[in-house]
Amino acid sequence: MPEPTESPSRLSRLGDAPKRWIFTFQDYVLLSFHAIADIFTPPLYWTDTLNQMDLIGVGSVPIIIAAFVSIGGVLVLNTAAQLTRFGMASLTGDGVSLALVRELGPTITALLVAGRNASGMASELGSMVVTEQVDAMRALGTDPIRKLVVPRIIATALMLPLLVAAGDFFGLIGGFLMAHVTLGLGAVQFWTRAVHALAFGDLVQGLVKPFIFALILSTIGCYQGLRVKGGTEGVGRATTTAFLWSALAVLVSDAFLSRLLLSMYR
Amino acid sequence: MAGEFRPGQGMVLADAVPGEPLIIFKDVRLGFDEGDVLQGISFEVSPGETKILLGESGSGKTLIMKLAAGLMQPDSGRIWVMGRDVTEMTERELLDFRRHLGFVFQEGALFDSMTVEENVAFRLREENVAEDEADKRVREVLRFVEMESAVDKLPADLSGGMRRRVSIARALVDRPAVVFYDSPTAGLDPVTSQTIINLILRGRDSQGVTSLLATHRVQDAFGLAHYRFDVDAGVVMPCQRNGGNGAVSARAGAISPTNILVLREGQAYFEDSAEQFARSTDSYLKKFLASAE
Repeated sequence: MPEPTESPSRLSRLGDAPKRWIFTFQDYVLLSFHAIADIFTPPLYWTDTLNQMDLIGVGSVPIIIAAFVSIGGVLVLNTAAQLTRFGMASLTGDGVSLALVRELGPTITALLVAGRNASGMASELGSMVVTEQVDAMRALGTDPIRKLVVPRIIATALMLPLLVAAGDFFGLIGGFLMAHVTLGLGAVQFWTRAVHALAFGDLVQGLVKPFIFALILSTIGCYQGLRVKGGTEGVGRATTTAFLWSALAVLVSDAFLSRLLLSMYR
Repeated sequence: MAGEFRPGQGMVLADAVPGEPLIIFKDVRLGFDEGDVLQGISFEVSPGETKILLGESGSGKTLIMKLAAGLMQPDSGRIWVMGRDVTEMTERELLDFRRHLGFVFQEGALFDSMTVEENVAFRLREENVAEDEADKRVREVLRFVEMESAVDKLPADLSGGMRRRVSIARALVDRPAVVFYDSPTAGLDPVTSQTIINLILRGRDSQGVTSLLATHRVQDAFGLAHYRFDVDAGVVMPCQRNGGNGAVSARAGAISPTNILVLREGQAYFEDSAEQFARSTDSYLKKFLASAE
C-alpha cells in the first residue's frame, strides 16, 4: 500500500509539470527575443562571430560533403529502378534535384548541424555556467547574451544557408556519379534536367528554411547551455536535450514551413 | 615592492555619500526549495573596511557576495552598494554598475579559452581602452600579483594558486573601489593561502580598497586583522594593536578596520572586530578559533 504522504507529492509534481514546461518555454522565448533584438544594437562581437562562423561553417564542410554525396547516390539508387521501369530514367536528375533543394538539403543539413553545433553550444555554454565563467562575465560588466549567444545566432544564420547550398551541390554530384555508373546517364542529360526542374519557389524554400532552422538550432543550443544546473552531469543532460529538442523543432517546423512555402509558390 | 600598481583608484560612484557605508544589507532574505538560506541578514561595510564573512560551507557566504554584486536578487530586503540600491536595478543597469566593482570567484572563474593576458585585459577591452594603455595596466597588475611571466599561458596550465592570483589581477585591473573576494583561499595549501591573503592586504593598505571577503578559514580573518602592508617599505608586517580594531592602515595612521561577521543558519551570529572574536567564550565561535590553533 503506498504511503499516504507520497502519493499527493507525486501527484502534485505531475500537476506541476505543465507549469514547468510553460515557464521553460517562456524563458526560451524571452532569451530568443532578447538575443535577436540585440543583433540590431551595438556592441556586436564580430571577432567572436567570425570564430563561430569558422567553427559552424568551415568545420561542418567535410561532414556535409560526405553525407550529401552518399544521400545523392542513395536517392538515385532508390528512384532509378522505378523510373527505368517506365522508361523515364532521364528524369533522374529532376527527382534528385527537387528532393535535395526543397526538402533533404535544408532538413538533413539542419539535423547534422544540430548534432554537431547545437549540442556543442549547449556543452560549451553549460561548462561556462558550472565553472562560473558566465557569472564572471556579468561581474565584469559584460552581457553574456550579447557576448555568447548573439555571435552564435548570427554565425548559424549566415552559415547554414551556405552549408545547405554546398550540401545540395554535393548531393547532385553524388546523384550524377551514381546515375552515370548505374544508368549510364551522361553529364549533360543529368545536369540539364536537374537545373531545369527547379523553379524560383524551390530556391526560395531552399534558402528560407535553413535561415529559420538556424534561428531554432542556435537559440535552443544556447538556451540549454545557459540554464544548466547540477555540474558536469547537468552539462551532459543539456547537450543531449539540445540535440533532441533542436532536431525535433527542425522536423516539426519543416512540416509547417513546407506547407506555407508550397502554398505561396505553387 | 613588486610593482607600482595601485588598486582602488577607480571612482566611487557619485551616489555614494562620503563617510556613509559603501555596502548596506538590510533584512535580506533568500530561499530555495530546501528552505531559507538567508533569514534576514543586516550589516554595513564602511569605506576602507574589510568585512570578513566567516561561516561553514552552505552558510550563505557566496550568496551574500553574489547578492551584493547584483548577480542574484533577494526574496526580500534591500542592498545598497556605493549608494545604489542593487535590488531595484535592471540587469542592464547592473552591467554598467558592476564595472565599478571587482569580484574574485571561488575557483577563479577564468575564461578557459583565453590567455592570462586576455583574461586580465577583458574588462579594459570591453571599455575600449587604448591597446597601449590596456597593455601597460595589464603588465602592472600582473606584476602586482607576481604573475607577469605567465602572461601567455592558458588557465589550464596554471596551478590553483596561480589561477586565484590571475583572478585577483582581473578583478583589480580597473582599480575598483569595492572588491568582493569569494573564498579566495579555498582549496589552497597554507603557504599559497598566505600569498593570496598578502595580496589582499596589499590592495587594502596601499589604497584602502573596501572589501567583502567570504571564507571558512579563521586564519584568513586573523591574517588580515593582524598584519598590514607597509607601502614605503613594501613589506607585510604585524600591525600595532589599536584597542578594539585590528589593523592600522599604512597611510597616515588612518584606521583600516577589519571586522568579522560570523554566519550561522542564515543569520548574523557575531559581528565585531577580530580582537573581540579571538576573546569570545561562545562555544560556536570557539570551534572556529580551535581550527586556527
